[in-house]
This record gives sequence, structure tokens and C-alpha cells, in this order.
Amino acid sequence: MITRRRFCKNALLVAGGIAMPLAALEWFDPKRLHAERKDAAPVRWGFLVDTYKCVGCGMCVKACKIENETPYDADVSRTWVERYIVTKDGRTHIDSPKAARDGFIDKRVDLGEGRMETIRDEDIEKAFFVPKLCNQCDNPPCVQVCPVGATYQAADGVVLVDRSWCIGCGYCIMGCPYGVRFFHPVYHVAEKCNFCYHRISKGMKTACVDACPFGARLVGNLRNPDDPVTKVIMSERVAVLKEEYGTKPQVFYRGLSREVR
Amino acid sequence: MVHGEAWTLKEFFVYPNEYIYWTIQIVMYPFMTGLVAGAFVLSSLYHVFGVKQLKEIARFSLVFSFALLPVAMMPLMLHLQQPQRGFEVMMTPHFTSAIAAFGIVFSTYGMIVASELWFVYRRHFVTTAAGLGGKASRSKIEQAWFLLYSVLTLGARDLGEESLARDEKAVRVLAAVGIPVACFLHGYAGFIFGSVKANALWMTPLMPVIFICSAVVSGIALCILTYIATMEIRKLVLSWQRKHGRALETKEELKSAEIQVVRMTSRYLIMFLVLAITLELLDLIFRGYTAVKSWDILRSVIYGRDFVNIFILQYGLGNLVPFILFLIPGLSIRRAAAGCALVLLGVFMMRWNVVIGGQAFSSSFAGFMHYQLPIWPDSFETFKEGLFGALMVGITPFVLFWLVTWVLPVFGRNDSR
Ligand code: SF4
Ligand code: SF4
Repeated sequence: MITRRRFCKNALLVAGGIAMPLAALEWFDPKRLHAERKDAAPVRWGFLVDTYKCVGCGMCVKACKIENETPYDADVSRTWVERYIVTKDGRTHIDSPKAARDGFIDKRVDLGEGRMETIRDEDIEKAFFVPKLCNQCDNPPCVQVCPVGATYQAADGVVLVDRSWCIGCGYCIMGCPYGVRFFHPVYHVAEKCNFCYHRISKGMKTACVDACPFGARLVGNLRNPDDPVTKVIMSERVAVLKEEYGTKPQVFYRGLSREVR
Repeated sequence: MVHGEAWTLKEFFVYPNEYIYWTIQIVMYPFMTGLVAGAFVLSSLYHVFGVKQLKEIARFSLVFSFALLPVAMMPLMLHLQQPQRGFEVMMTPHFTSAIAAFGIVFSTYGMIVASELWFVYRRHFVTTAAGLGGKASRSKIEQAWFLLYSVLTLGARDLGEESLARDEKAVRVLAAVGIPVACFLHGYAGFIFGSVKANALWMTPLMPVIFICSAVVSGIALCILTYIATMEIRKLVLSWQRKHGRALETKEELKSAEIQVVRMTSRYLIMFLVLAITLELLDLIFRGYTAVKSWDILRSVIYGRDFVNIFILQYGLGNLVPFILFLIPGLSIRRAAAGCALVLLGVFMMRWNVVIGGQAFSSSFAGFMHYQLPIWPDSFETFKEGLFGALMVGITPFVLFWLVTWVLPVFGRNDSR
């Protein structure tokens, strides 16, 4: 017979037993230990895109595809360039054929599935190019939704994907408001721009930054006040994409226009 | 080929990496878990609230819910790019993700259903095992059954008044606990979608509630439908037995019992249907009224591209028509069957319109994507995420149900009270 007293006693013991290891988890949370160190994360990678300088040549996309081994002809890319054509009637025409890998060699606008739209030069009010890449968000929804933690944020802010751990559920692809992610055609796991992590962590620039002939792309350490990227962000008027999602993107744009999606 | 390219058509400006990544299997997933949850809720109506008229269908829907359980996981496995790692969701869950709770919720629910079943069937296990054990000589097959049932009794062979009463109490408690867990199992599927802030169509706190209501609707509809089907088969068997002069019940007895059950159950169906539609319409009206940034593109999807799917198939054929069918007095078996089939179509289309409809527009809000369901598979991928993969998921529960009823007979038993 179990008496009430014995039951209560045992229940307390069990509850206490369970609580102990849980408490240990709290004590030894490595993230907190790390954060409590004074000199925590001296680096926070950020990016600056100067849309005034971009001419849509697509050198960055080419370089990225080769550097990061995204199959060259596959219709996915870690970075891409968008063309915006605003006509006098107020309409905005946007395209990015083949992610602008070959630049914009056709004046017609790509409407998808092989359809093209011709726009006469005299109808154009303004036109510009906008390069896109992962924003390495400070509050990344892609990390939040990954059910196994295969997508995670490094201490220097870059969001990475563990190819050996990703189960390929695609939740992160759905969770990113910028359409940055895709499934790698060879590895069949989530894939995205990681600021060429293998390069920046060795003191090099990203492949796209090196490839851009016009200096439209810059990567830098936002914790370093003397970094050219940080200087521009601190002293000039810059904007980020889709702020309303609360993702706190860390890719900054000069010359962003309200038409940009 | 990039994943998704085989079935995605893009129009206007869609980000280069955007494709329809969540396809038919992700439509099947909430549809199947919905059926699980709904069937369970139906059986609990009898066990917890003592709705006597539902007695026969209660046992049936409990077994059916059990047969559906493994199938709720199937579409997910078929959808994963790395299914061999799917187990990691349970081993290394990352709890900020809605999907990470799957293992816990799912296994809790599974255990509840399994143990409730055990209590319901314990008497059957014991008597069958005793009956077989009493036989002087057993054939190999009988020996196998004997072993199976003996194991299933788990050594609890006491059939005294007191212990049977305890069984009943356990069933009641488990059924009661099961209701919120079943709702959670499904509401949480709704949360997976509703919490994606990047998707303008999905993001609404109403999503879990809408999912639960439509889940119950679909579960009840499927139970009624399968119930009617099995009753028809039993009638056939009966008339065959008649011819050979060994029928136990008359056909009329069966028939009147059947219509009783169907009428009663469809009343609950209507109730939940009204609730589900109200919430869905509320969501739609609210979106139109507040008209935030995404409304322009949502409107062109809802009232334009997906009009037939949403207003004709889902609301019209799937909700309105069955609603009228059920409400016309003097409900007949045939009418109920037609109504239930349409309700199932409606709920399936609702899942479709959420999952596929949510990807019908680009997150650039400047372009559209069109999903072409792969029919004839030309690769494993187009099989998995095509018509035949979905059909496979759809058929499996019935096969399982048929298998399970060999061990847990559903009809013609009066051993539970
Ligand atoms: S841009 Fe998208 S993929 Fe990159 S960190 Fe932000 S949410 Fe994640
Ligand atoms: S696709 Fe991979 S990285 Fe993305 S959420 Fe799923 S498991 Fe995580």
C-alpha cells in the first residue's frame, strides 16, 4: 500500500531529482559564460552595398557561384542582383534573369517562363540595380525555426548551416523574409550566403567584394569604428531591407529606393 | 535540377531562390494529423461526456485514430530532403522551433491513445487468451494468436467487477486527458504555419484554432464515412450468411442502428463546421479590412488566382453544399455519405489553399508562383512529392485499420459499457 505520506515524499524526491540536472544546464550554459566575458565577440560582420555604384554586371554572382560551388547553371544563387525599371506611368518592373549571373544583357524585362516585356527608353523614369545577399540578421528567424539547430548564428553574427546536421525540412527557407535560402542541388540541405565565412575568418574579403569592379560591395567589422564600412554606416544615410519583420538585418544599403522589395 | 524547379512556374518578379518548397506532402501532413485528432475527439465524446448514441462509433473511431497515427508522420518523412536524419528532431530538438515539439507531442498523444485502447480492449484480450488457452490442442496459428493475446494482456487477467470498473475509469480519464493533447497535436500544426512571419498568408494567431476546428470536422466526417462503408460491407456479409442460414442479426436491426449513429454524429459535425467556417471568414474579413502592405498581393491570389480553389471547391462544394445536405430534414445514409465526402474535400482544399496558396506569391510581393502537381513520376522526388506519394499516404491508414481490426475487433462486441 502506498500511503499518502510516502507518495508525497517520493514525488518530492523525483521532482528534485529531475530539477537537479536541469539546473546544471542553466549553470553551465556556455553562451552565458561567453557573454559575461568582458571582451566578448570583438567582431560583428556587416555588409555595405552602394547601389549608386552597381552597374549590374553580375561579376559578383559569377564569382560567388564559383567560390562557393553552387552549380553554375542551377537556377539558385547565394547572391543576386535585381534590376528596377520605374516607368513614367508609375509602374515598377523588376527582374533578375539567372540571378544576373551574366549581367543584364537583354534590355527587355524577364517576366518568367520565357516571357519578355519590351520597355521603350523614353518611357523610363528611373532605373537602378540592387545586389542582394543574406542579411546575417541580428534576430534571424531562420535560426529560430530550425527544428534541429542545424542553422545557427556564430558569435561574430554570421548565420551558418551545418550540412551534416540539416534534415532538409525547409522551414528556414520559409522563415526567411528575403528569399535568401534554397536547397543545395548537390548536398540537398539548406544553403545560403555566409559572407564567404571561410575567407573572412582568414582576413580575406568575400568573393563578391573582390570581384566587384566598381566597389559597390564592402564587407567589414561593425565593432571596429575605423572600419570603412562602419564609418559609412555611422556617418551617412543608409537603410536596410524589410525592417518591418523585426529581423534586424546587417546588410546596409546606400541609395535604397521605396520600390525595392 | 534544383529542388522545387520541377513543379514551380514563376511569373513576374520572384526572387531567384524562391520555389514552392512545401508541396503536396505538407498538405497531407495537417490533413492526416487533423483526421487523427478529429477521430479521437469523436471517440472521447462518448467516453468522457457519455453521449450514449455514439457508443458504437466511439470504439470504431478510437481504433481508427490509432491506425492513423503512424500515417501522420509519413508525409513529413517523405518531404524531408534528408529523411535518414529525421529522427534528430526527437534526439536534438531545438526548442525555439515549432517543429521541435513534434516528437514530444506526438509520442505523448500516441501513448495516450495506445493505453486507452488497452483499457478498452483488456477484457477482450483476457477472454480471448483464456478461450484459446483452454483448448486442448492448438494449431500453429491459434498458438500464435494465443501468444499475442497473452502478451497483450500484460499479465493483468483479473476480470472481477472491481477491476473492470477500474478499466472504465481509466478510459474516461485517458479520454479526457487526450482531448487537449489531440487539440494540441493539431493546433500545433497550425502554429507551424501561423508563426511564420515571413509569409503574409500564414501569419495569424487564428491559424491554430482554425486548424483544430477543421481537424475535428474532417475527423468526424471520415469516421462517419468509414463507418457507413463498413456497415455496408457487414450488410452484404449478413445477407450472404442469411442465405446459408446462420445470421445473428437482421438487416433491419443493423440499418436502424446505423442511421441513428449517423444522424447523431453528423449533428456534431455541423457544430464544428459552423465554428470552422466562422473563424476562416473572420480571418478573411479581417485581412481585407485592415489591408496591410501584403493585402494587394493576397487579394489577387485569393480573389483571382485561387478563386476556384477557395470559393468554389473549399467554401462552396466543401462547406456550403454539405451544410445544406445535412440540414435538410430526414437525413438518409446516402446523403450523409455524400455530405461527409464533400466535407473531406473541403478540409483538404482548405489545407491546400493554406500550404500551396501561401506560396502562390513571392515574398517580394511582386510576382507569383504556380504549383503544378507532378502526376506521372519521372524521378523519386516527383513520386514522393507528387500525386502518387500523396495517394500512398492517403491509403495507408485504411490498410493499417484493416490490419489492426484483426487484433482489435470493432464491431458486434458488447463487452464495454
Ligand atoms: S537574411 Fe534570411 S537567411 Fe539570412 S539571416 Fe536573415 S533570415 Fe536568415
Ligand atoms: S532545412 Fe535544415 S537548416 Fe533549414 S530549418 Fe530544416 S533542418 Fe534547419
